Amino acid sequence: MEQDLEVDRVTKRYGPHTAVDALSLAVAHGSFFSILGPSGCGKTTLLRIVAGFLAPDEGDVRIGGRSMRGVAPNRRPVNMVFQHLALFPLMSVGENVGYGLARRGVASAEIASRVGAMLERVGLPGAQHKRVDQLSGGQKQRVAIARSLVLEPTLLLLDEPLGALDLKLREHMKIELKQLQADFGTTFVYITHDQSEALVLSDRVAVMNAGRFEQVGTPQELYYQPRTPFVAGFVGANNRFAGSAVGSDGGIVELLTADGLAVRARASGSIAAGDPVEAFMRPEVIDLARDAAELASTAQRFAGRVQSLLFDGANSAVLVREETTRAEIRIALPQTGRFADLSVDEKVTFGVDPQRAVCFRAGNHGG
Amino acid sequence: MADSSSAGVATGYPSQQHRARLALLLLIAPALVWLVGLIVLPHLELAVLSLRARVAPRVYEFSFNQYRTFFEEPLYWHTFVRTAGMSILATLCTLLISFPVAWYIAKIARGRSKSVLFILCLIPFWVSETVRTLGWMILLRESGVLPRLLVDVGITTMPVEMLYHDATILVGLVYTSMLFMVVPLVSALESLDDSLVEAAYDLGGDGWSILRQIVVPHAAPGIAAGSIVVFMLTLGNYLTPTLLGGKNSLWFTEQIYTQFITRFNWEQGAAFGFLLLVLSTAIVWLGLKLTRQRFGDVMRRE
Repeated sequence: MEQDLEVDRVTKRYGPHTAVDALSLAVAHGSFFSILGPSGCGKTTLLRIVAGFLAPDEGDVRIGGRSMRGVAPNRRPVNMVFQHLALFPLMSVGENVGYGLARRGVASAEIASRVGAMLERVGLPGAQHKRVDQLSGGQKQRVAIARSLVLEPTLLLLDEPLGALDLKLREHMKIELKQLQADFGTTFVYITHDQSEALVLSDRVAVMNAGRFEQVGTPQELYYQPRTPFVAGFVGANNRFAGSAVGSDGGIVELLTADGLAVRARASGSIAAGDPVEAFMRPEVIDLARDAAELASTAQRFAGRVQSLLFDGANSAVLVREETTRAEIRIALPQTGRFADLSVDEKVTFGVDPQRAVCFRAGNHGG
Repeated sequence: MADSSSAGVATGYPSQQHRARLALLLLIAPALVWLVGLIVLPHLELAVLSLRARVAPRVYEFSFNQYRTFFEEPLYWHTFVRTAGMSILATLCTLLISFPVAWYIAKIARGRSKSVLFILCLIPFWVSETVRTLGWMILLRESGVLPRLLVDVGITTMPVEMLYHDATILVGLVYTSMLFMVVPLVSALESLDDSLVEAAYDLGGDGWSILRQIVVPHAAPGIAAGSIVVFMLTLGNYLTPTLLGGKNSLWFTEQIYTQFITRFNWEQGAAFGFLLLVLSTAIVWLGLKLTRQRFGDVMRRE
């Protein structure tokens, strides 16, 4: 498949701090690629290197197969949607969208027709003469994207454009962004610290930490087959157990936490008895029951008491304290409403299929 | 206003209303005294003075003679046109020199170096204008530092008199006005979001087009504010043109001084003073019109 963006062992240092560490990546034509990471992980630096605002210390960036070494941002086939959109406040919507075309020396009649067509495609027909401050947050975002896409870039970079919006609008704009990308078929590279944005929007996601990629894969792979403890902890909610391995049997590791809780989980990588390990268990893979007989026979079972109920519609969960060790475990409630009458301090049992929990050797954080 | 006072009466707290009004009055009293006492009253007196002619000792009558003299005597209005022209030129030079300085302070310098640069712009103002101007004279006069340096280096064979040229006056005026241009420009440029410049660059703009289409329109109120202040200061400057330009300076404020002090013709001096006020206001108004700025906006942004 044709690669629109190839980043080849790019490194950027700030004094002793390495912001981007020998990083490589390839983004296929027409795909939606996200870089997900906590703030300060180097994702903005990487994006600015691709856009051309920063020069890498080592390595090369190729866009559409062409090396970008020494090519200024205004000469790259790349456009960027900025975090606060950076619409020109003194220009009308039409002038904003037509700015890039005017800079390329396109005739003004041609600009007017292309701006009109582009505004129609993003759902703002006839908005040319509006002032930027007359637009709503969502409309501004569409203008910012239209302003870039009218130049037909090989690559569109988006720097957390939803970060400044309120929750409701953010949910709405997520869907709109995905539809826009599907409509235009332009390759999008999106950076965010919000895992839900990355999972919902992307074809592929790179999880970034401390200047390196922890794992690159589809959202499903990251969620169900995390390859490092960082990915397991960062993508989705997760219960984490740290302790040492006491034994392993057919790919299942048994670990003992400092409090004395025994947990069995599928081993990721080779783990020997005595190794310090971390296990992760998603809230939705844990089955909750009032009676131990309801649980699957293969599951490892625990008993506990409800500590608090976290009702949130479809995302409802319950915090349970394991009886002997007082360890706190988050368990997702099933959608059936079977536990709608659950009350605090009620005795419950819960079980997990060890295959659906994952265990890593501790300390190999990869960063 | 009527509504609020009747509401005050209805609720039975009229004194609070009065107290608030009294407090406001007391707060603006110093400004009012200053405005009325030092600006409005003298100008009324000037207006009256300028519109009378002495027909006999201690006998005066209403007349436009002084104003007619200004337009009929070429020296006077030539001096005025020259002063206005030089002031506009000095304002433009100040703007061109201050803009990169302000850009550097607002956008490139960070932390400590930013405040140091700002203070460097301010330091010349700790010395009185007379002393500063005399400093220029020491540097530029025929036996001064710069002409001698030129001879020593071998550029000229004899010391050149660098004082008493129009260029010398311009240098002095620009030097005196720099700070008043830099300050509003820095505050205007600081409010410019860097990502706007980056976005323009990203969309294909080059340095010149970004300056013209993004930076200058954003900084326009600051540019206008700085230009008005510098133009007014330059037009009304007396010391710098007189000392650096000598007898050739032909600055309009000199004419006013001459009328009041040398000739003791207060009527003529008052008319010149009034004309200076009216004509400079007209030039500023024209400048704002030409650049499509509004005075209120310009002063608010400052």
